[in-house]
Amino acid sequence: MMYSEKVMEHFMNPHNVGEMEDADGVGEVGNPQCGDIMRIYLKIEDNVIADAKFMTFGCGAAIASSSMATELIKGKTLEQAWKVTNKAVAEALEGLPPVKMHCSVLAEEGIHKAINDYREKQGLKPLEEKPDAE
Amino acid sequence: MKNNNKNTGNTVYLDHAATTFTDPVVLETMLPYFTENFGNPSSPYNIAHISREALDKARQQVADAINADTEEIYFTSGGTESDNWAIKGVAFANRKRGNHIITSAIEHHAVLHTCQWLEKQGFEVTYLPVDKYGQVRTEDVKRAIRGDTILISVMLANNEIGTIQPIPEIGRIARKKGIYFHTDAVQGIGQIPVDVEALNVDLLSLSSHKFYGPKGVGALYIKKGSRIDNHSHGGAQEKKKRAGTENVPGIVGMGAAIEQAISQLEEHAAHMKKLRTRLLEGLLQIPATHLAGHPEKRLPNNVNVIFEYIEGESILLMLNSFSIAASTGSACTSASLEPSHVLIACGFPHEIAHGSLRLTLGKENTEDDVDYVLQIIEPIIKRLRAMSPMTPEELRK
Repeated sequence: MMYSEKVMEHFMNPHNVGEMEDADGVGEVGNPQCGDIMRIYLKIEDNVIADAKFMTFGCGAAIASSSMATELIKGKTLEQAWKVTNKAVAEALEGLPPVKMHCSVLAEEGIHKAINDYREKQGLKPLEEKPDAE
Repeated sequence: MKNNNKNTGNTVYLDHAATTFTDPVVLETMLPYFTENFGNPSSPYNIAHISREALDKARQQVADAINADTEEIYFTSGGTESDNWAIKGVAFANRKRGNHIITSAIEHHAVLHTCQWLEKQGFEVTYLPVDKYGQVRTEDVKRAIRGDTILISVMLANNEIGTIQPIPEIGRIARKKGIYFHTDAVQGIGQIPVDVEALNVDLLSLSSHKFYGPKGVGALYIKKGSRIDNHSHGGAQEKKKRAGTENVPGIVGMGAAIEQAISQLEEHAAHMKKLRTRLLEGLLQIPATHLAGHPEKRLPNNVNVIFEYIEGESILLMLNSFSIAASTGSACTSASLEPSHVLIACGFPHEIAHGSLRLTLGKENTEDDVDYVLQIIEPIIKRLRAMSPMTPEELRK
């Protein structure tokens, strides 16, 4: 399996690893049977993602995707973070092997789930899973 | 503490079940057959006779290694071709007698995919289950046999977990019923004694690059009198059963390698067992770690462990960053996204099977290599578990 240098960099030294005990939103996606579980934690301040962390059970691409996804959404408004696609995660990683693209999809889904968890806690309606095209 | 082996450089190579380096002595033996002794063995002049004699010698070396006659050795391109030929060849040649084949659920894909292909051609295949150690039960073999069973194919030793199968017993059952019996001995040869008479087999597959010979060459043992279709049609090579100019340098290399492997078998096995015991004892001290395969009836060079809560490819990538080459049965190294069919057949749940690590030792490995791996691996496991949401609290510290 050939990974880009960026994937290896984020796999070997992942950013934002760890649990967040006072998270405002948590999203867990994946399935241990498939070998991937991603849990994304968000800290929200004034509709902005002040902090993001992750815990991941999975391969090199899954860990690197989690790391990159959390980097991409930090400092963004919830609306902006919602629009971070799996393609954007994969591109930021300088590409993923086709068979590993599902890892970037998990990262996108994990962010969506965490945002909707926050929205629900705020009494807001969850957003639709598919973002509108910009 | 790093390996500085002349064959593997700075890499601590622990993937000998995948392939081995070509032994320098073997390579030396092969070299003249690329250059000055390049004659086509089927040609009538002197330079061709040299190639012909080299083929004869290699055939003798392979026959001697497995207690067969030279007439019973057919050179192929490797284990996959040998498995394909054995199974398809016997299946089609004996179709009038029946169309049922028995194999095990943990065979190499060269056997499983061949059987699956035969199912599409109208054959029926029974895939025998295995116990938790990956062993086929002879009772299951007996139960699976039908009036129309023509072939049983069970591997000598498993490539992932190293479990050695009760081949002599299965062979006895097959012989009593007049059913052809094939064994894939690709992983076994050079590690444990392989004697076609003692094993009661009619067909046996070998691959040269698993015992320090070159890649792209193998052999199929076919017991005299066996009814088997020809592999390919064309020239009269390999007693008219497998057409095509022989890979003379490769075959010479295979002959030299198998002779060396057999002459060093006891010494090699003792060295492997010593290293394996040390490696396994160290690995099993890591909490939530399981041994895969049989604790005793396993290849002397095979270690297969499963670390709960983490995924195998991540372990491999981290080991690679410390110049350690290993293997995993996790789905993430393949396109299938399904973990090893072998580990699943042994009863490991999917989520646990994903955390497998296979370390297969070779003759260049040393105790220093083992100690280096043990020193490196524990922090890797801890680090990966620390970022896994599945890891229980007590293992995260």
